[in-house]
Amino acid sequence: MDITQLSIASLGEQFRSKSLHPVDALDALEKRIAEVDPGIKAYLSRDYQTAKKLAETADVSLPLGGIPIAIKDVINVEGESCSCGSKILENYRAPYDATVIRKLRAAGAIPFGRLNMDEFAMGSSTENSAYQITANPWDHGRIPGGSSGGSAACVAAGTAFVSLGSDTGGSIRQPAALCGCVGLKPSYGRVSRYGLVAFASSLDQIGPFSRTVKDSALILNAITGRDPQDSTSLNLPQEDFTAHIGKDIKGLRIGIPKEYFIKGIDPQVDKAVRDAIKQLESLGAEMVEISLPHTEYAIAVYYIIATAEASSNLARFDGVRYGHRAEKPVNLKDHYFRTREEGFGNEVKRRILLGTYVLSSGYYDAYYLRAQKVRTLIRQDFTNAFEKVDAILSPTSPVSAFKIGERTQDPLQMYLCDIFTIAANLAGICGISIPCGFVTEEGKKLPVGLQLLGKAFDEARLLQVAHAYEQSTEWHKARPEA
Amino acid sequence: MSDKPIDVRYVAELARLALTDDEVQQFQPQLESILTYVEQLEKVNIEGVEPTAHTTPVYNVFREDVSRPGLPREAALSNAPHEANGLIVVTKVIE
Repeated sequence: MDITQLSIASLGEQFRSKSLHPVDALDALEKRIAEVDPGIKAYLSRDYQTAKKLAETADVSLPLGGIPIAIKDVINVEGESCSCGSKILENYRAPYDATVIRKLRAAGAIPFGRLNMDEFAMGSSTENSAYQITANPWDHGRIPGGSSGGSAACVAAGTAFVSLGSDTGGSIRQPAALCGCVGLKPSYGRVSRYGLVAFASSLDQIGPFSRTVKDSALILNAITGRDPQDSTSLNLPQEDFTAHIGKDIKGLRIGIPKEYFIKGIDPQVDKAVRDAIKQLESLGAEMVEISLPHTEYAIAVYYIIATAEASSNLARFDGVRYGHRAEKPVNLKDHYFRTREEGFGNEVKRRILLGTYVLSSGYYDAYYLRAQKVRTLIRQDFTNAFEKVDAILSPTSPVSAFKIGERTQDPLQMYLCDIFTIAANLAGICGISIPCGFVTEEGKKLPVGLQLLGKAFDEARLLQVAHAYEQSTEWHKARPEA
Repeated sequence: MSDKPIDVRYVAELARLALTDDEVQQFQPQLESILTYVEQLEKVNIEGVEPTAHTTPVYNVFREDVSRPGLPREAALSNAPHEANGLIVVTKVIE
């Protein structure tokens, strides 16, 4: 048995039946990481020593007792680095645990490694990391998606059982699709953002990566809930997100938005998603054509709102309390200007500039306020659609994994990768990407992701549909040679 | 939205960001093309539409005004780029 390929559901069972010990799981990961990660570079750092110490005394009766979990380098884990893929935080060590980490620990999970990402979660390919390029486990010449590229690549490659990422415009779902694993973005307000380094505060949400839908539900069970340290986290009844898993989906209505099946989708991706529609029909779900009329404006709205919020959030990197500080500044202005010039990478600078511009005097109404109003219309589209359907289906990404370097010269082309994922963040709803097939590019198989969207706080239903599809196919069992 | 193209140097000044000449050369056309792309929002009828700042149905979240433990001083200072006598050393503010 290859331990690294187990789901956390079966890992937990084996811990409880004592056929495996949590230390065995970490030993297996350590070995697998040593073999495979030099070629993939999903990890920025690992701390097996601390993790094994925790594993030795893990309480396996807890829901996630002894389960190792890898963490995107944007979520604070006390004592660990939290570089956000940026030079400006190169020497930063988290002085506290993020709320999600505190909750994971309370459920028995063991954080053990830091995962590569686009700098400050800005990107769709993980090529914007200041530290390393992460490879797609299915083809090392291709990107894993982004910004949580490390979080997706490690789960797909069997160098982690599960991981956490963050999703501001698709940064969980898109890399999950491109690496062939499950990625869940919870509804805005479901999970506390305390200890998540902020990119765009009205859009950011933390969520899990896993190889099965049930595993994502198990992680979600542990991390949700109201947190006084994040005023936008909601006080909702505690739910068991596995409760609907295993129930059939007969009679459930799934919306097919006509605006999402457009020119520009790779024909092989299109075919995989259309096959998935047939599969869901064969399971008894009813397909309903719907319209989300403001879809074409989502990217424009997003790149105004997200950059505006980012320019404000990233103002905190001033070289005073933490992070890089320029050497020997001649005055305060020089201190700020050079600290930020030296610390930030290109994409971050570009977005700070754009965000500053759309908020600047004379342009605020024309750009930022207008974008916020169109955001209302995009939300309204979903509210209307969810009166008719239980979930909405689309491709997660219009294309499969592209080659490293292929899109770095044209930022706008990179932004267009997010066309199907962005609207969910603007509307605050939940979404999941699950494997639904493969394309073949230059003789290599590359995964395709199916996106399912649910109305806000309807994660249990979303997971039910995703699980029913997953279990009726073999896609989630495919593994890269890595 | 505006006939005047973005002035990258001026915006960088607002953002407290030094830019090299190469960066200005690179960012100017890229930001212009992004701004041209977002101009399509002018086509949308937004009359009478309220803006959305965030999507959670909560407003004015209050808590009791009582002191609670915060980060210990050593932890708060542990990441300071320049520290002395238990304080963060900053660049001179007054000329």
